Amino acid sequence: MSGEGPADLAAAAGRAVEAAVSAGASDAEVWAESTREREVRVHAGEVESLTQATGHGIGVRAWIGARTGYAYGTDLSDEGIRQLGAGAAELAGLADEDEHAGPADPGGDPATVEGLRDPEISAWSAERVVELAKAVERGALDEDDRVSSVEQAVYVDVDGRVALATSLRDEPLGYEASSCYAYTQAMAGAADDRQTGLGFGVGRSPASLDPEVIGREAGAEAVSMLGSSKPASRSCPAVLADTVAASFAGFVGGALCADSIQRGRSPFAGRLGQELASTALVLTDDGLDPDGLSSAPFDGEGTPCRRTPLIEGGRLLAYLHDTYTARREGASPTGNAFRSSYRSAPSVSTSNLVVKPGAGTLEELVAEAEAGVFVTDVAGLHSGVNPVTGQFSVGASGRLIKGGELAEPVREFTIAGDLVELLASIRSCGGHSRWIPFGGSVKTPPLLVAELAIGGT
Amino acid sequence: MSVELLDAELASRVLARSLERGGDFAEVFCESREGFALQVDESRVESPQRGAERGAGVRVVSGEVSYFAHVDGLAEDDLLRAAEAATAALAAGAREPRQLKAVEVASPSPIEIDPASVEPERKLELLREADQRARSAGDAVTQVSASYSEGSRRVQIFNSDGLVASDERTRVRLGIQVVAARDGVVETGFETLGATQGWELLSGDPGRIADQAAAKALALLDAGPAPAGETVVVVGGGFGGVLFHEMTGHGLESDAVQKDASVYAGRMGEMVAQPLLTAYDDGSMPGEWGSGAIDDEGTPSRRTAVIEEGRLTSFLYDRVRAGHDGTESTGNGRRESFRHLPVPRMTNTYIAPGDATPEEIIADVPDGFYAVSFGGGQVEPASGDFVFGVSEGYLIEGGKVTKPCRGATLIGNCLQALNRIDAVGSDFEMKTGFCGKSGQTVPVGTGQGHVRIAGMTVGGTAVS
Repeated sequence: MSGEGPADLAAAAGRAVEAAVSAGASDAEVWAESTREREVRVHAGEVESLTQATGHGIGVRAWIGARTGYAYGTDLSDEGIRQLGAGAAELAGLADEDEHAGPADPGGDPATVEGLRDPEISAWSAERVVELAKAVERGALDEDDRVSSVEQAVYVDVDGRVALATSLRDEPLGYEASSCYAYTQAMAGAADDRQTGLGFGVGRSPASLDPEVIGREAGAEAVSMLGSSKPASRSCPAVLADTVAASFAGFVGGALCADSIQRGRSPFAGRLGQELASTALVLTDDGLDPDGLSSAPFDGEGTPCRRTPLIEGGRLLAYLHDTYTARREGASPTGNAFRSSYRSAPSVSTSNLVVKPGAGTLEELVAEAEAGVFVTDVAGLHSGVNPVTGQFSVGASGRLIKGGELAEPVREFTIAGDLVELLASIRSCGGHSRWIPFGGSVKTPPLLVAELAIGGT
Repeated sequence: MSVELLDAELASRVLARSLERGGDFAEVFCESREGFALQVDESRVESPQRGAERGAGVRVVSGEVSYFAHVDGLAEDDLLRAAEAATAALAAGAREPRQLKAVEVASPSPIEIDPASVEPERKLELLREADQRARSAGDAVTQVSASYSEGSRRVQIFNSDGLVASDERTRVRLGIQVVAARDGVVETGFETLGATQGWELLSGDPGRIADQAAAKALALLDAGPAPAGETVVVVGGGFGGVLFHEMTGHGLESDAVQKDASVYAGRMGEMVAQPLLTAYDDGSMPGEWGSGAIDDEGTPSRRTAVIEEGRLTSFLYDRVRAGHDGTESTGNGRRESFRHLPVPRMTNTYIAPGDATPEEIIADVPDGFYAVSFGGGQVEPASGDFVFGVSEGYLIEGGKVTKPCRGATLIGNCLQALNRIDAVGSDFEMKTGFCGKSGQTVPVGTGQGHVRIAGMTVGGTAVS
């Protein structure tokens, strides 16, 4: 583990709370973290780079009554911590009052989630993870002779711990968690028809990754796109690959966060309790699944994490809340205050989004679609999806579906529509789901959508 | 003005330790960064935030393999431990680093007024004014969010070739997002003003961007669905340059080229565009968003002609990739922070101004699409396929800009699209952006005058 032991980290957090309070804050909350990270990049059987790093930092949120300020830094010396605490209090003085602002209620014990840290992570040497990354690359090259090379095979892991102290708690909270991922981008074909394919895996330690499967997925995907053409514009049924479904689920999850709703920046605003989705879709925010990389005993404010059903029976059941958004509408926090790191104050975010699998294989979904498109990749989501209106138009590639079977590859087309209508037009969910690190942390099967607008020639 | 974050003697010790187990080149990259940000949302001052980080990255290059370790803080013990961690996998004989010798490179972006010295209340006033101006643009404006951020990044680089170089980069940025709604239709407009400059950037009338963002959101309320299909596309000046950045710039970065993951690999010296097109990458432009005195390896910033009169003339290099090609770094070795390895990245990339006025460029189009600005884009360098979301677009009918369109996407292949540029405008402007690659985000400038592309696919919701 890294330099700061759990006791040091908790003590630093506690001192920062005191520093903010003695500088005039009425309340304070401190998030401290320390991490050890590795990254390996491999190309053509050789290591391109090997990174080993340690890091630490704290973020202080201070309140003066109903005004909030935030300061973060990496200096954990006594003087550094004193300055951070004082800085956060001073910044609170700049903010306007917001009657709903304030620290989280310390009630409720942290949830118990087993297996957040896999000790295997520190048992694997740098040499072993280098071998893993090389095996990913080999997997891609072995998949098919038409795989020409691999742009990069990458392995990353993070072993970290956090501590949270607030002026309302007697004792700091803390936990340890590990995570890792590997991915590769394979290239197939030659200059006039070069296609790429992605393969990836995520887990709590390298022991949970299968490098060959990751590599083969990338190789197979690249090869499957060779000889692709642009499809004709049409409106037709579509099967969304799990990776594509995950990306869209991520946008839906973001639009169900209460801050977007309360600020009128979500297509789901004012629609709680309404029947707006297909009954084939069951969507849950699950902060407790040990395999979900966003699971934790408590969120970024110390509220216990939990499971929140979002859509079931076609009905929108809940929005996701942190302490602030919950107070603003008299709801309960759902344990969804998350931070990307100590550098940012917590804000409402999904934990792990889980789409309940249906029955049936991918082939059966394709057969059910009969004629249409199997979308295996989408691009330009950041610019192509308007999270305020829910409208989207994004680049896509995949395969045509003819006579209930996968046919020739197609690319350079767009898929366009509306997120809420997309939810309503889901006809079935595939029977097998997996964890996908796109759109947050999402577990979803492929989805069959009754109708989607395709823009091509 | 030179920055001193680390004592030269300590730096020498860390470099010597870094080469104890072999390696051809060692480097210590020290950084201290401070930032301040403020936001007015729902007409309320929210989330004032301040941050301070300090740390170092130690890199050892052996052959073409980079060994890297980074630590928070600049304490001697930590730096020496990082040097050991970086090179743990090496097992060759020690090398002696060269005597350190400071190189002074003047900043292309001198700061007149340090933004950190300006009272926070003045920054607040600025945001409140922007908020008010956007709200007074029309009853349909429902939400306004205005943000201000300032950051200062001081870096000092020591390497085993004896280089000591430093730079201080101060950036200021104002952004405003406006949401307008009418009859169930919701639209957004976004505008920014930013530069590698001090507080002086915001003298004049910075609040004008609030008017612009509001006007954009309001105009889009009347928008119809975008057409789908192949058509002539006129791309706006300034932020329209992001199209060139994405579709061509990334393919010129030497790491992609050397892995044959760029459509421009093997095309050096070939005509890749019409002779009217010349383009540069220039990290030495005064005050621009991607500017600096040096890159993040200590190489002085410079202007590199990447396309001259249609001909491909240079790729963009950092040290490692330049070594591979037996050439020199073009000053494009950039990194997000001390926590990242340098990789070849664009700085400020632009299409040089042409002769035509925007009106002339549009007047020649009987039927087409006018993409004023983009929400962003994505390109797959290996295949050259790209996608862009148009945040503000209009139809062109009979040589005139007519109806606004929503939800348009431009999609195509970069080799074709670049070669089809048949007009470049004289109305040159640079804009700010953030570019992500290899998990690192760096500030970049993009720019151009109006540009016309003879044929491109527009993907919209209007399916014919």
